[in-house]
Amino acid sequence: MPLVNVPQPTWKEKLKRFFMIDLLEGMRLTLKFNVGALTDKNSVTGKGIYTEQYPKVRPNVAPRFHGAPRLNMDPETHESLCIACNLCALACPEDCIDVIPMDIEIMTAGKARKKKVLDEFIFDTSRCMFCALCQEACPTACLELTQEFELATYSRAGFVWDREMLEQGRETRKFEA
Amino acid sequence: MHQVEVATTQETLLDNPEMILNMGPQHPSTHGVLRIILRLDGETVIDLDCDIGYLHRGMEKIAEHRLYPMIAPYWDRLDYIAAVSNGLVWVETVEQMLGLEVPPRAHYIRTILTELNRIASHLLWLATHGLDIGSFTVLLWALREREEILKIFEQQFGARLTCHAWRIGGMPSDTYADFEKDVQRFVDNFPARLAEYETLLSENRIWLGRTVGIGVISAADAIAIGLSGPALRGSGVAWDIRKSRPYAAYADMDFDVPVGENGDTYDRYLVRLEEMRQSRRIVQQALTNLPDGPVNAKLPKIIKPPVGDYYHSIEGPKGEIGCYLVSDGTSRPHRVRVRPPCLINLQALRQMCIGHLVADVVAIIGTLDIVLGEIDR
Repeated sequence: MPLVNVPQPTWKEKLKRFFMIDLLEGMRLTLKFNVGALTDKNSVTGKGIYTEQYPKVRPNVAPRFHGAPRLNMDPETHESLCIACNLCALACPEDCIDVIPMDIEIMTAGKARKKKVLDEFIFDTSRCMFCALCQEACPTACLELTQEFELATYSRAGFVWDREMLEQGRETRKFEA
Repeated sequence: MHQVEVATTQETLLDNPEMILNMGPQHPSTHGVLRIILRLDGETVIDLDCDIGYLHRGMEKIAEHRLYPMIAPYWDRLDYIAAVSNGLVWVETVEQMLGLEVPPRAHYIRTILTELNRIASHLLWLATHGLDIGSFTVLLWALREREEILKIFEQQFGARLTCHAWRIGGMPSDTYADFEKDVQRFVDNFPARLAEYETLLSENRIWLGRTVGIGVISAADAIAIGLSGPALRGSGVAWDIRKSRPYAAYADMDFDVPVGENGDTYDRYLVRLEEMRQSRRIVQQALTNLPDGPVNAKLPKIIKPPVGDYYHSIEGPKGEIGCYLVSDGTSRPHRVRVRPPCLINLQALRQMCIGHLVADVVAIIGTLDIVLGEIDR
């Protein structure tokens, strides 16, 4: 066996081993921790419970968290902020965004002009890696990865979000605490 | 009467002492999906062979079809335990190829966060290595400290594991409001926690019995195989890219490179513990001297490195992680090659395991600290 020369224990170390000092030290530490945990009043619920009570108490994720995508609306006019520039789709490494624009005619200063607006927005969350490159590419702060993190669905088709879902958000079941 | 012929001279299965044992790929101690085919004599390993590739995603090929800024998130998925370090290799390679000057503040923040990532990686190693050998308390306690680091990552990058931490030329955004306070709190609390692990393990007779003299590799063999990181330093070779080819802000930092003596599992454990202390020292220094200023360099609209090739490597938590980049002058790389520390460290497994027991194979895989996401790429 390719073993190294393990130094022989001195009599002091042998004595320590005989009285199991090494094991008792570890046990003392864990016992101290257990007593501390049971008597700690500053735990999550004040009952000495450290486990996060997940579906009832939802964790506070960071403000910068990259979660479910959302298309933001103008808070005053309630129109989509998206200008259908396609930059997010070009920035996406996994090619999971489809921006489908349409042309509408608007009257500006008495003249009919064509304007490109958003018709449909498809976001495939099953292929998304939440790298937030699309969010950084968006010039109007429309596309945003929110703090919503519950993305599971019962079917593959459920992962593909359309414009309505991106604007309204998905309904998630909330539990009473 | 019919005579029954009994074959007494023929060898039966029981006469052959050798046995082939298949370990993995779905084995909790292989830290992913690694298949090891062991040839055993009783319980002693005579020979072994590894079968890898279960997690192959073709990242190097994918990178040939992406624009330069798009490739960074794929690097996080190599060694997902140390996503922040991996991301740094890619952005620094492209920056140095472009000849970009990154502001000093970005360098310092990169240093702080990659060192925190090193601590997180070593903590996860300690947790799983302890669990493999039979120390359950260390698993829970090490993951508790790792949680503090992951919370800082979540606040800073918006993700806990695959952070997509850096952008070419700097950072996605400056630090969040309580960044310095959070890091300082971690730095203050950490030495007491490390002392707790030492109390639990360093003199524990079970830990010593399972690690001392197990998986020995000499310095000459370690260099011949190409080991890097703590696996190399455990054998007594003081090789650290942070010292020899400083990147980010490591040239300004004062830290020691711990080395082992015997090159066994216990020495590598001591080296990693000491590395965590040194990392904490680096974080403290970088936090004290954190300069003000911008965090992003001025970038061209489309990133097109000049024609040529470039190799850059950093000291990741597992070893030297490098990137060999060939550019043909377009907006997509011609070739991206990853120098994976875990794959090369894994090559030492056969030499380390021969002559040891099957139970020690588990300890040796643990001490090599492999992540299959990076081995298979």
